[in-house]
Amino acid sequence: MSKLKTIYLAIIFLFLYAPIGVLIAQSFNASRYRGHWTGFTLDWYASLFEMESVLDALSNTISIGILSALIATILALITCLALRDVSKKWRAMFMSVANIPILNADIVTGISLMLLFLGLGMKLGYGSILLAHIVFNVPYVMLCIMPTLIALDKSFYEAALDLGASPFKAFTSVVLPELRQSIFAGFLLAFTMSADDFIITYFTRGAGVDTLPTEIYSELKLGIHPEMYALSTLVFFIVLIFVVLFAMNRKKLSEEMLQ
Amino acid sequence: MFRSVEMRNLFLAPFCIWAGIFIFVPLIFIIGYGLTDAEGNFTLANLLMIFQSEFFKSLAMSIWLAAVSTIICLILAYPLCLILVERAKSAGLIITLLFVLPLWMNSLLSTMAWQTILEKNGILNQFLRMLSLPDLTLINTGTAIVIGMVYNYLPYMVLPLYVSLSKIDKRIIEAAHDLGANTLQTFFKVTMPLSLPGAISGITMVFIPALTTFAISALLGGGKLLLIGNVIEQEFTFEYDWNLGAALSIVLMIFIVLNMALTLFFENSHDEEAQ
Repeated sequence: MSKLKTIYLAIIFLFLYAPIGVLIAQSFNASRYRGHWTGFTLDWYASLFEMESVLDALSNTISIGILSALIATILALITCLALRDVSKKWRAMFMSVANIPILNADIVTGISLMLLFLGLGMKLGYGSILLAHIVFNVPYVMLCIMPTLIALDKSFYEAALDLGASPFKAFTSVVLPELRQSIFAGFLLAFTMSADDFIITYFTRGAGVDTLPTEIYSELKLGIHPEMYALSTLVFFIVLIFVVLFAMNRKKLSEEMLQ
Repeated sequence: MFRSVEMRNLFLAPFCIWAGIFIFVPLIFIIGYGLTDAEGNFTLANLLMIFQSEFFKSLAMSIWLAAVSTIICLILAYPLCLILVERAKSAGLIITLLFVLPLWMNSLLSTMAWQTILEKNGILNQFLRMLSLPDLTLINTGTAIVIGMVYNYLPYMVLPLYVSLSKIDKRIIEAAHDLGANTLQTFFKVTMPLSLPGAISGITMVFIPALTTFAISALLGGGKLLLIGNVIEQEFTFEYDWNLGAALSIVLMIFIVLNMALTLFFENSHDEEAQ
């Protein structure tokens, strides 16, 4: 039975990693074309740093990811603080309103935001992508912060106030440390969602402004630049290293706690 | 947290303004476009276009493929999550991280890698030829789209299901065994009902994106199989009939609302049973 389970896990992991293996192999493939292996090369990694379209898309993805996650986190935090003092029924209602952009299909959210931006006479471009990303990031951050904030004991904050701290001081030294982890989790989730979003960006972007996903999509018709595989492989391994470091750290921490 | 109601409302104000502009007004825009013609006069004609055979076929095909993908995700995720929960203590963290890691590969690129695997002279067929087995025709079929959907959306099924399975008290399962239930009976009578909330939110989280995608079908369907998402995308970027595109989006919204209502209904009845 235990063997059967291991085999099942192995099959699922094969399914999950097969395409990733293909992409990594393609980043070392001398041939420009998919599926034809003509030899090992590192050329694509070298030429990656000269591909302006890919680098532009990368920098847009990173800056939109960080900015949208940051602004969404601030807005979500302010809103969650207020919602903590609202009755349960109203809080649930606010949360469902906030969730509309992510419960709705991406294509509907994307199109409706595009119609809004054009209706307001805005030019589609970097700004409209950024705004759209904040729209769908706010609910993700709220979903991370709200549960911790509700579980938070109010009396510590009140004690700080009674001991003479200003509300701001009491907030930064009592409430914020408790929330640090969920705020960070929310920010990270928002950044990830922003970096991987294709459909909403596709509808709210303007000519000449691309993020990595829309750049990939527009390359699909003419064939992907192999540099894109090189970039994705690099990103994948950077994340892998972070994940391994995190796992080792976590293991060490739990061992220390046991002792 | 706040000394006065005014102070609290001041903190709530930015979100209210934000939600007004970026959540409600866009919905009004899409409904407005969907219910008017090119001159801006009210009409239901665009909305009724969904019953025209080409659009209706796309919608039916989308529902069918999304339903198949959702069921496959559910069938794959249950044993997977049960194993993950069981091993949570020993190797759980590493397995979970291994599971989350593929999400960091751009989903368009990994979907395209499936094209390389499934196409006529692709990796899968080369492998089958090596074993002297007949070729499979998968690329540009519904099967390929389903594989792509399952690949992309399986994590959305696994995460909520894992959470709700890990909350089940192990002693309940042991009690079922002690009372003479075999493994299958325990699963269907105890584990499954208790993990229903996770399964339901997983179903919603897979079905909606699968129903409305246009990227996966564009990549693996080869432009031959048009899902409703592809039709809408074409109306906006190619045909420039925004009114029709918006009207078809309203049809999608109807499905989303139905799906959410169903989810709420199941969750409520589950809560009542639990009480």
